[in-house]
Amino acid sequence: MDFIRNFSFFSIVLSLFSGPLSSILGRKWAKRVNTAEIILLGLMSVAVLWYVLQTGEAFVYTMGHFPAPWGNEIRAGVLEAFMAAFFCLIMLLCMWGGVRERESEIEASKQNLYYIMVNLLLCSLLALIYTNDLFTAYVFVEINTISACGLIMIRQNGRTIEAATRYMIMSLLGSGLLLLGLCFLYDLTGHLLMSNIQEAVHALVANGQYQTPLLVSISLMCVGLAIKSALFPFHTWLPDAYGYSTVSSAAILSSLVSKGYIFLLVKIFYRVIGFDIISSSKVIHVLFAFGIAGMIVGSVDAIRENDIRRMIAYSSVAQIGYIYMGFGLGTTAGVIASIYHVVCHAATKSLLFIAASGITDVSGGSRHFEDLTGAGYRNKLAGVAFTVGSLSMVGVPMFAGFISKLYFAQAAVGHTVKMLPTLIALAISTILNAVYFMKTVIRLYTPVKDGEKKAGYGTITVRQQPVKAVALILFILLNVILGLNAEPVIGLIRTGLEMFS
Amino acid sequence: MSKKVPQEQYEKTLSYRLKVWLEGSKDLYVGNLEMKPQSLPEENEETRQLRRRDEQRMRAHVYDMEHNREMGLFKKLYRIFSVLFCVFLVVMLLIGVADLPPFGNADNPVNNEVSRRYIENGLQETGAVNIVTGMILDYRAFDTLGESHVLFIATCTVLILLRVDQKKGRNGEKEAEVNDRAFEPKNDVILQTAARLLVPFIIIFGIYIILCGHLGPGGGFSGGAVIGAGLILYVSAFGFAKTERFFTAKTYKWMSFGALACYCLSKTYSFYTGANHIESVIPLGTPGAILSSGLILLLNICVGVVVAGTMYTFYVMFRKGGY
Repeated sequence: MDFIRNFSFFSIVLSLFSGPLSSILGRKWAKRVNTAEIILLGLMSVAVLWYVLQTGEAFVYTMGHFPAPWGNEIRAGVLEAFMAAFFCLIMLLCMWGGVRERESEIEASKQNLYYIMVNLLLCSLLALIYTNDLFTAYVFVEINTISACGLIMIRQNGRTIEAATRYMIMSLLGSGLLLLGLCFLYDLTGHLLMSNIQEAVHALVANGQYQTPLLVSISLMCVGLAIKSALFPFHTWLPDAYGYSTVSSAAILSSLVSKGYIFLLVKIFYRVIGFDIISSSKVIHVLFAFGIAGMIVGSVDAIRENDIRRMIAYSSVAQIGYIYMGFGLGTTAGVIASIYHVVCHAATKSLLFIAASGITDVSGGSRHFEDLTGAGYRNKLAGVAFTVGSLSMVGVPMFAGFISKLYFAQAAVGHTVKMLPTLIALAISTILNAVYFMKTVIRLYTPVKDGEKKAGYGTITVRQQPVKAVALILFILLNVILGLNAEPVIGLIRTGLEMFS
Repeated sequence: MSKKVPQEQYEKTLSYRLKVWLEGSKDLYVGNLEMKPQSLPEENEETRQLRRRDEQRMRAHVYDMEHNREMGLFKKLYRIFSVLFCVFLVVMLLIGVADLPPFGNADNPVNNEVSRRYIENGLQETGAVNIVTGMILDYRAFDTLGESHVLFIATCTVLILLRVDQKKGRNGEKEAEVNDRAFEPKNDVILQTAARLLVPFIIIFGIYIILCGHLGPGGGFSGGAVIGAGLILYVSAFGFAKTERFFTAKTYKWMSFGALACYCLSKTYSFYTGANHIESVIPLGTPGAILSSGLILLLNICVGVVVAGTMYTFYVMFRKGGY
């Protein structure tokens, strides 16, 4: 039983080890190792989740012979284990959904490099989730950044190189600010271990010492992570990076990479600073304002976009805005809604990217709306999947997005000042979402007249792309399950957040 | 008592060559150094005007001010806001820094039980005379494990960006050689002589830094960088034909895999035993001896190998796009 305690450590080390291992393997074996590794990691995370639920309390795992403030340690609670398992599932489905595009768009001799990137990215995500030490988090943020750049530019055309350069500049700026904030915090508290920092910060606040540097440090870390997770107005790198990279990269970047940073921010809020201090500081008002601005601006940009992939990418800006708005409410209910939205957005956005690639495949490779007419009939499964994803993003009942909007609204109602702006922004953003997603869905199901058929229109059946079909079906199921039966997930998030403190 | 030697024999001696070189009657480079002269494409008035026109057209197309009012506005606002933003950031950071605990004060929060244990018990607990090495490779080895993978993944990203698949066959190699020589001189006597003298020392010094990382200043990162610099000097003096005898893409692949796997597995053992309260079988040895301080020596070697490979690979990729 207690052996399960090792699993969180094993899953980090296993994914770390499989990175260099893929470098000596050929592409076929690298792919097999990757799939096996992700499945194994997912199973181990589920086991950890089960163990933590059984014992009812989080456990720390000392990395080495030295206890925590001197050595490194990782910590697993309900929320950590759940996120790890969920990220593994999404990663697996993203890899399956883009397998054909990956093999045709990436040079054959560089394909094993792709698996190195994915393995190390997963490793860094797991480490960000489990770590109990701020500096360890920073080291793995570096791995995360570099591997995300690799994932963007491995499909080599001019635009991905440009997008990767932009991503790198913005992301390194974010890392730099995070590191600065971390240095400030270390200077004030003398610790890097999260629980010790929290004690020291509470002592500082009680004594009224060093209030300005503390505020600077908190805001530097928030801004750094906001840049890295593409909160408006730092979102300009996003549409190109998601729009032109190969489809599994786009799905992974949108649903996992930015979410890893958001999860780190939640950890900083709860485990490093303490949520009582955060919710009384002014930083969250800024996050709230920019979150709301992002919800509106992202949706407006998406409406103006004529390229389906970039439209979905802009929609991500809006969804990230939702998440930060939830943090900005400054209540635990708001954070629960945000974390649920992280889950729901990860499940939906990757579905949309993969479905969109299926749709463009039957439209002569074009991503412009005028060429997509009737694509829902030519590739039936992709059409259905895209519709499900759209409905979920818009927030129609029965799908995942509805629940998170409901919880956002509920969290806002308890708040005196921020209630009205939140509800208005939710309403406007829902309408805007509906405009661009329904516009696309209607176009997908508008029959093409005989005279208007264009070259490159083909049909794809489920049999021709079984792996992708499996991924899409699982994604659809995931969305419906999250939409119909959200209570267990919300319950897990709530217990997880309680375990944080 | 000088002995007269025949002219032919005299011309072979070192002193004769020195004399000739000093007199300037023979240039060592002539006939030996191969270098493509780099010249700008010839320009007359017409081509210059053509080029200017193209540039202007491109600029007008990219920054289409007339049809794009937003762009003009954006450019103006961008300048103002970037200055304002930078000033804001600078002021904010200065205010933050001004209130930090004074530098070097004994009562600072950083002087707590954490650093005290590193300093006081570091030698007994890790066996490393160099406390810093003991910290990064024993107390906080997990961070360093991540850090060495940062180097590895950085190399992989550069490989994605710059590696060109070599054409197979004799012609491909020749072409690559010619392309490589476009910007780099061949048979540079001064460079070669200097490299011949320096490279062995540089590499031996790098190895020394790695091996003595736990005994004094040094360690895997710095030693690996020194070895990498030695390799780069060697390849720029003698060209790829010589280095390819011992360092190819395959070598790098296996080297980095071996080093990282070794680091990963040995540390997994130590993490696992530490977390489960199992006694580790690795002895710490006598502090100060070369074979001491548990795993640190091995880890330093692994890190050094990875760093050296990374440095060399970066150079090779940026110069030629392949080994």
